[in-house]
Amino acid sequence: MKKRILALVLAVLMTAALCACGGGKSPEVQPADIPNGSAGEKAPGGEITVGIAADLDTSLDPHVSSSSAGTREVLFNIYEGLVKPDTDGNLIPAIAEDYSVNETADAYTYTLRSGVRFHNGKTVTVGDVVYSLSRAAGLDTGEPLVSELAGIASVEAVDDRTVVVRLKKPDAEFNAYMYAAIIPEGVDIAAETVGTGPFRLVSRTPQESVVLERFADYWGEGAKLDKVTLKVIPDAQTMVLSLRSGAIDMAERLSSSQVADLGDLTILEGGNNVVQALYLNNDYEPFRDLRVRQALCFAIDKHALIELASDGHGTPIGSAMIPSMGRFVVPELTDYYKPDVEKARALLKEAGYEKLRFTITVPSNMQPHVDAAQVLVEQLRAAGIEATIRLVEWAAWYDEVYKGRDFEATVVGMDTHSLAASGCLARYQSDSSKNFINFKCDEYDETYRRAIAAVDEAEQTALFKQCQTILTEQAASVYIQDVASFVALQKNVGGYLFYPALYILDLASMYRAQ
Amino acid sequence: MLLVTLLLVSLIAYLAFEIIPGDPTTMLLGSDYSEERAEALRESMGLNRSVLVRYLDWLGSFLHGDPGTSYSYAMPVREVLRGKLAVTAVLSLMSWVLVIGVSLPFGIALVRYQNKPFGKLGVSVNQVFMAFPPFFLGIMLTYIFGLLLRLFTPGRFIPFSESVPGCLAYLFFPALAISIPKIAKTVKLLRASILSEMKRDYVLTAYSHGSSRWMVLKNHVVRNALLPVVTYLAMSLADIVASSIIVEQVFVVPGLGRLLVASISNRDYPVALCIVVMIASVVVIMNYLADILTQAIDPRVRLS
Amino acid sequence: MLQVKNKSFRIGAAITLFMLLLILVGTFWTPYDPNAMSAAEKMAAPGLRHPLGTDNFGRDILSRVVEGTRATFLVALCSVAIGLLAGLVIGGLTGYYGGWVDELLMRLNDSLTAFPSLLLALVLIAVFRSGKYSIILVLGVLFIPSFARIVRTEVAQQKALDYVRSARLMGVRDMRVLFVHILPNILPVLLSSVAIGFNNAVLAESSMSYLGLGVQPPDASLGRMLNEAQAYLLRAPWYALSAGLAVILLVLGFGLLSEGFGGEGRA
Repeated sequence: MKKRILALVLAVLMTAALCACGGGKSPEVQPADIPNGSAGEKAPGGEITVGIAADLDTSLDPHVSSSSAGTREVLFNIYEGLVKPDTDGNLIPAIAEDYSVNETADAYTYTLRSGVRFHNGKTVTVGDVVYSLSRAAGLDTGEPLVSELAGIASVEAVDDRTVVVRLKKPDAEFNAYMYAAIIPEGVDIAAETVGTGPFRLVSRTPQESVVLERFADYWGEGAKLDKVTLKVIPDAQTMVLSLRSGAIDMAERLSSSQVADLGDLTILEGGNNVVQALYLNNDYEPFRDLRVRQALCFAIDKHALIELASDGHGTPIGSAMIPSMGRFVVPELTDYYKPDVEKARALLKEAGYEKLRFTITVPSNMQPHVDAAQVLVEQLRAAGIEATIRLVEWAAWYDEVYKGRDFEATVVGMDTHSLAASGCLARYQSDSSKNFINFKCDEYDETYRRAIAAVDEAEQTALFKQCQTILTEQAASVYIQDVASFVALQKNVGGYLFYPALYILDLASMYRAQ
Repeated sequence: MLLVTLLLVSLIAYLAFEIIPGDPTTMLLGSDYSEERAEALRESMGLNRSVLVRYLDWLGSFLHGDPGTSYSYAMPVREVLRGKLAVTAVLSLMSWVLVIGVSLPFGIALVRYQNKPFGKLGVSVNQVFMAFPPFFLGIMLTYIFGLLLRLFTPGRFIPFSESVPGCLAYLFFPALAISIPKIAKTVKLLRASILSEMKRDYVLTAYSHGSSRWMVLKNHVVRNALLPVVTYLAMSLADIVASSIIVEQVFVVPGLGRLLVASISNRDYPVALCIVVMIASVVVIMNYLADILTQAIDPRVRLS
Repeated sequence: MLQVKNKSFRIGAAITLFMLLLILVGTFWTPYDPNAMSAAEKMAAPGLRHPLGTDNFGRDILSRVVEGTRATFLVALCSVAIGLLAGLVIGGLTGYYGGWVDELLMRLNDSLTAFPSLLLALVLIAVFRSGKYSIILVLGVLFIPSFARIVRTEVAQQKALDYVRSARLMGVRDMRVLFVHILPNILPVLLSSVAIGFNNAVLAESSMSYLGLGVQPPDASLGRMLNEAQAYLLRAPWYALSAGLAVILLVLGFGLLSEGFGGEGRA
């Protein structure tokens, strides 16, 4: 009798164990010896699984400018514009083979590359280009979908290979906006994803995965991989586990603490290309006072923060420009406010806010910002400022903070859509719909307006630099850093490329060694 | 009564989603939009009608098997839930089977060997396992079986469509995390129930007729002692579904749990509401069945 | 009045006393400031300076476990108190007076208990915004139905007993009968339910904080720490283990105590 029960218990346990062994066997991946980023054995074909921190947006319409950075970096592989960025920060021809600009910088002429096909097999025509640009610029509705294209006056086809874009006023930087996706005329792009990029969308399962496949008829060199599965993993800790277990082949934009435990993988480091800051609502009563905003700048030690939150990885910044934007960056602004707790206290006392308290609202799915916020709270505490963190879901953050502007302070990273300086700076104009921090400064508006209108590149650069100086002097927000982006790859996966300035995941160059 | 409760449940859920701050239209439109467009969208989504009208409208189509269209994914809720529902259902059922399959023999064994070291040790171990939060067990299982022993690959869920045994093998570990504390509770209940049954007159009579302890246990006591346990087991399925919401996050199982958390945060009410009402309905129905079962086994219990 | 019996009660009392002592000491003194960061001592292994090592910000894990236990304990205590008080009033009145209000409330009660508490907490926290005080409120509200039900059933039973009848015949006011005569008699059942409720609260708090909806960083709470510790399972398993152990001890202690209070309470 005794034995029978024991046998029963044993049987249950055995079955369980067998079950486990049967399905769970994971072939040990033999580390192929591939140096970081270099060519190695580029075997064509194969597939990889990439972990992404957030599911793609509802709408994959490439002209919706409010789409999240995470969605745009995936769409980069599906859609293309007349031009596209390369890894050196230049614009290279894409659907357009060539372009020219007139002397007054208000008319741009594009010559189409022949034989470019959409994913549905149709060839790209001038009609499609005119349709796409008109739609993005809102020429019919008066409401531009891509706000950078608001300056377009008309788009005309000159012949069956040439398109002329005329602007309302001169803009020397305009070509940088022509990343706007070219889509086929007559297709409901919100419902159907049809582009010209090296990958095409195969399927999408909510909160689970997105599957891309190589587009065989791509005009250029095309993708090396046959298939890429993007797997949604919103939890930072689970992402690490999945990399370690081999469940995913790659993840990018990780924090230094996330990759610290991933010794067996290839780890690459680059910039996230975001302006991370303690964004202050300039309309919140205490923050209306310049001295309070400056006090916060003095209270914070961004170098110590980078050391604590990301082991010293990250590029400190002093204004709203992404550090890889080359000629537009003003390095001397980085340490404009030297950490000085006493000065912070003195400024607060002067302003009458000796016991300053406020809440920092942070989107919970963004680990680098949650980490930075934790350090900020500690640093502010040393200056007698009581800040509390409130983690909110991404949707709530977007709703309350970004759109509703109902917040006191927040930590996030702002990215740019284009290689133009305006991508970082346009949002600080008093009347910009993206000016969620309610920054108001006449001098800034005027300087920015002049910068946009300037035709001479040197003059324009100088004016954009002046804009940044104003932002720093006015302490529009507490600028911290461009967050370091760590990319973890399994040993047999390579080809990841870092792009300057933009938020991009280029899957076409990725490969798996056989 | 069952129907009234179910209706109330759905109404409460509906109203709860009404008062959550945030507007689904902003998620759809983004930051650059005009009030008119938002208004037009609200109109087309039927958001400008009164709450009660919308509730009745929703209830009507829900009962006809159409829980509406997801705001976030612009597809029918049924499409969104497809596959995920099955995953959570299998995970929950697997945990439930584990609870029943392990706790009954283990509970009886504990009484059988009550005075032996096995029985004493078992009771203590059981008491400790009762205190384990399922998600902590999940973390430990991931560490031991996933990372150290490499019996499964944490994060690499195998869908049914790929391999049924593979899928079940992966789900076994989350099921274990969910069921261990439940097993412990069931064992405790069963043991207490058997022990109290053993003190009854008929047991003493059986002893006096010369039956051995084991015979008495097997032939008389267990059947009677099972009554409260059966009720408990029926009702525990609900708790299991709820724990699976969290444990799914630990094991990256693409079930309803992740979808529920995401849809609440994305203000995708049709999806969230559908999941909440479905889970609550399971609970109500299981409770009802438990009542009926109790009554069927023991006619002394009357349904109120 | 209370039947303090068996070994399990003594063990439970010992564990609970130990945890309470830890919490009490932690209120006034922890080895380090639980939130103080140090770039020089990140991810230190357990040693003499830091008995449980440090986390990814160089914060002392022992201090954080103590602080986290305190936070979790306080959240559980407050939410059970809210649930109990409201449950006492609602359950007491409906059980004592009965009638259609009783019928309606109990029907509502049934519907509310149909939602697994975690599910309801998820929905409610979206209404109240996340945070330490919201979680107390949400859990407190969640506990009302179960306490109300227990109190109602007990009160209704006691009401029919002779001592209550005679008290009422002697003209004692209803409120006095309810709270002075009946309450002490349902105390044992209630205490056991409180202990079970407390355990549910600890588990719910740690689950919610694990999902990021409870106590907010940088403050410590056991669930929050378990979430953070998950990334360091291989490098620093003691991090997750110490936080997990604290949850288990809290729950185990009160679980054993509840048995000591006599029998299977429900909550």
